[in-house]
Amino acid sequence: MIPELGHFALVVAFVLCGAQAFFPLVGAVAGNRAWMDVGRFAARGQAAFLTIALACLTYSFAVSDFSVAYVAQNSNSALPMHYRISAVWGAHEGSMLLWGWILSLWTLAVTVFSRALPAQLLARVLGVMGLVSLGFLAFILTTSNPFSRLDPAMIEGRDLNPLLQDPGLIFHPPLLYLGYVGFAVGFAFAIAALLGGRLDAAWARWSRPWTLAAWSFLTLGIALGSFWAYYELGWGGWWFWDPVENASFMPWLAATALIHSSAVTEKRGVLKGWTVLLAITVFALSLLGTFLVRSGVLTSVHAFATDPSRGVFILGLLVAVIGGSLLLYAWRAVTISKSSASFAPISREGFILANNLLLFVAMATVLLGTLYPLAVDALGYGKLSVGPPYFNTVFIPLMLAVAVIIGAGVIARWRNDLAPRIGRRLRPAAVATAVVAVAAIAVTRDAPGIRAALAVSLAVWIVSSTITAMNVRFRPWSALAASLAQVPAAQWGMVIAHIGFAVSLVGIALSSLYSTETHRRMVPGDRVEVAGYAFAFTELREVDGPNYRATEAVFEVAAHGQAASVLRAQKRIYSASNMPMTEAGIDGAFTRDLYVSLGEPLEGNAWSVRLYVKPYIRWIWLGAILIAGGGFVAAFDRRYRLLARRNVVGPATEPRAMAGQ
Amino acid sequence: MRWIWFAALLAFASATFGADSPLVFDSAEQETRFKKLMTELRCLVCQNQSLEDSHAPLAQDLRNQAYAMMRDGASDDDIMDYMVDRYGEFVRYRPAFSPLTFLLWFGPLLLFLIAAAVAWRWLGAQQAAAGAELSEADDARARRLLNGKSPRKEKQRK
Amino acid sequence: MRKRFFPLIIFIGLVGLLAFGLTLNPRVVPSPLIDKPAPLFSLPQVHDAAAVIGSEQMKGKVVLLNVWASWCVSCRLEHELFVKLASSGEVPVYGLNYKDRREDAVRWLEFYGDPYIVSALDADGQVGIDFGVYGVPETFVIDGDGIIRYKHIGPIDENTLDKEIMPLVRELKGRRT
Repeated sequence: MIPELGHFALVVAFVLCGAQAFFPLVGAVAGNRAWMDVGRFAARGQAAFLTIALACLTYSFAVSDFSVAYVAQNSNSALPMHYRISAVWGAHEGSMLLWGWILSLWTLAVTVFSRALPAQLLARVLGVMGLVSLGFLAFILTTSNPFSRLDPAMIEGRDLNPLLQDPGLIFHPPLLYLGYVGFAVGFAFAIAALLGGRLDAAWARWSRPWTLAAWSFLTLGIALGSFWAYYELGWGGWWFWDPVENASFMPWLAATALIHSSAVTEKRGVLKGWTVLLAITVFALSLLGTFLVRSGVLTSVHAFATDPSRGVFILGLLVAVIGGSLLLYAWRAVTISKSSASFAPISREGFILANNLLLFVAMATVLLGTLYPLAVDALGYGKLSVGPPYFNTVFIPLMLAVAVIIGAGVIARWRNDLAPRIGRRLRPAAVATAVVAVAAIAVTRDAPGIRAALAVSLAVWIVSSTITAMNVRFRPWSALAASLAQVPAAQWGMVIAHIGFAVSLVGIALSSLYSTETHRRMVPGDRVEVAGYAFAFTELREVDGPNYRATEAVFEVAAHGQAASVLRAQKRIYSASNMPMTEAGIDGAFTRDLYVSLGEPLEGNAWSVRLYVKPYIRWIWLGAILIAGGGFVAAFDRRYRLLARRNVVGPATEPRAMAGQ
Repeated sequence: MRWIWFAALLAFASATFGADSPLVFDSAEQETRFKKLMTELRCLVCQNQSLEDSHAPLAQDLRNQAYAMMRDGASDDDIMDYMVDRYGEFVRYRPAFSPLTFLLWFGPLLLFLIAAAVAWRWLGAQQAAAGAELSEADDARARRLLNGKSPRKEKQRK
Repeated sequence: MRKRFFPLIIFIGLVGLLAFGLTLNPRVVPSPLIDKPAPLFSLPQVHDAAAVIGSEQMKGKVVLLNVWASWCVSCRLEHELFVKLASSGEVPVYGLNYKDRREDAVRWLEFYGDPYIVSALDADGQVGIDFGVYGVPETFVIDGDGIIRYKHIGPIDENTLDKEIMPLVRELKGRRT
């Protein structure tokens, strides 16, 4: 009964979605206020019914109702409760439902926080979001119904893939989808602006916090996914340039460009056409990611159970949503984006333009590398692989260029600046950078040393120039707090995110250049030295988990004769699927991770063991957290809220706007 | 259903055959060189993993093969050619330069140049338009009247 | 203002590529050995450790070389077809027993039937590597000059055998005479 209720709720949500799409869009054209208002109620109803649907599916998992095909395939009565609940989105059907539900939550949020928008604009935004949601709910109902029954029911479920039995699954997909799906808001604002013919600074300001929030969620989602791969896959890698990773990285790169270009549009009223195009591109790439992951056109380590009919459906959806938008763009943008505002190359917006150029090329490069094998195959030239060596070669120079530009960009003034002034302001940062670079090269003096010095000094460059740009008064000390309090949230967000980028840069460079690893045959009692750490294999024992049995190896690690930590690495066999899993033993610290993973048992009591010391690897994810945090802080800047409340546009709403003149 | 044998193969990957015995190297340099080479080779049976990362038995066999060749003095190119001769260009994670991959390798540069040219032309047109129509002061006044935004600079507290 | 249409044009190209991608199979990697001489090998036979089987014995006629193993579950799916083919006598089928134990291989053939003229025992998989084997079972068509003309990865089914393999075998035979 409960699954049928869920299915019914899904159908009701679908119908409400149709209303949410139809009435406001038609009402906005006809100027019918009552019709426009339908959007808000339909959106709330849709969110309510999708919540019911998701709750029903969750209930089926919680009570292990193996008459539901999706539950039978992805759960097991021995599965712990928290994994039963996260198993809801552990495979295709449920994750699509999560997708739809999150879209309805974003829509709900728009109805709550954007009440002050002009009615027509709000109607159009809700209508467009309704159209997108309509497509996805149709997709779920026709090709991926999670509520399908099995007759007869299975006695026992096949179990959740052991790789997914991890806290990572609880948080990674929801965060990722909050990002992907959140871009639908910015997209809807862009389409609404194109439809309404009003594309101005106010539009950029309204849509910006939504894009910032979605971008921050996506940042967290990607970072968590990377961290999960790092500790779960058992060989210490954290980014593989796998098509599915690229599918999430491309919208991130484009959205990073978007949050910068929309700042220009908001502040200066220029780059409007480009910002709209980026907003469409970001959402297009989110949909493309969904297509790549679920259609099976590319081989990936994260394969969903693929089905060509799903691929065809999503491709159709992509054509309808994005093709339609680009057609609209081609038709309307030319009349809308005329701007007579000046645009000086040496200015904040000039550097942001350069940043956009690099980020866009970076995104296009990832797209090129991801789809190139497909194109070669389609042309009948056989198969080739484009892997990490390619991406690292072409991607790293682009990111280093971005790092250089950040320094000048944060210093430059809006509108018009002078190169000598920027140079003068950057002098302290340049000195700090040079000192660090020279010192680092002097200490290391080898090829990796030079690369590490480059990365670290660029990080110093970013941090020192960003701090310079804050204009904080350090003296007297008593004035510092007051001076910091004067910095608006948007700027704090920028500072935090840029520092996060620097932190990640250091983590990526140092961990890839200086990680040490060894692969040994070890028996209990053996000691192996890696990068100054003595790993002693002290004990081998059997451990029983709730739904698996494991062999656990205990390692005591000492540095300079001092006990540093105890690591427990496991090799698990999950009972239901009989699948083996490696659980690495990791001791994470600020400056290094110690990492042990078990390979296979060898003759005797021996095991194949991989030992790693990875310096500064946590900085990668620490940086990502800072980046996301910066995005959230900026999204909550006062001026967005003020605007929402007053519903007035123009210079007068923003006293600060004139402050710097 | 068409992929049953892959499933079987993967199951086999975890069976007792996958003796994951560590290789012994003469020096740290040799080990580093070997690992780097293995990350450049794609495992065929896995979804998308390098020989270095894969635990599949075929990957183990190919690692052993490469190891034996390296100890016999084969260069990285020799080993790469050996793999490509048998398994095709697919095994290279770093596609070889060829007419087929020119666009892949020069694509990023090409994209950058195109994007830069477009941006440059746009900048030129923008400046010409703005410069021709309005002086700076006019511009500011006009924009204020036209409900445009005034620029907000970083706060100056000198 | 035709440049407004550029994004749309690029998008249409991309969609075309993706649509075509849906019709391709990303996991089958074509062998570089097609139309190249089959690797030379000489291995002990499964049934007789003392006897040798290799390229020499397969020379001069069109043959099928089937890579199989007792641990390979999907080999059972295609095995019946080979047994039937062998009894028809239309084309000699040789076996390459890949990374297996002799006694397991012998027992397997006793149980499921032995369609092979001879099976070579490639215990360490070295010959398999030379043939670029990666997804057992695999089936090669080798012509009378010892050139590999066709490779199928995974279990063959009736359709593949009747529509692809046998017509090719007949054509190659015809070319010979």
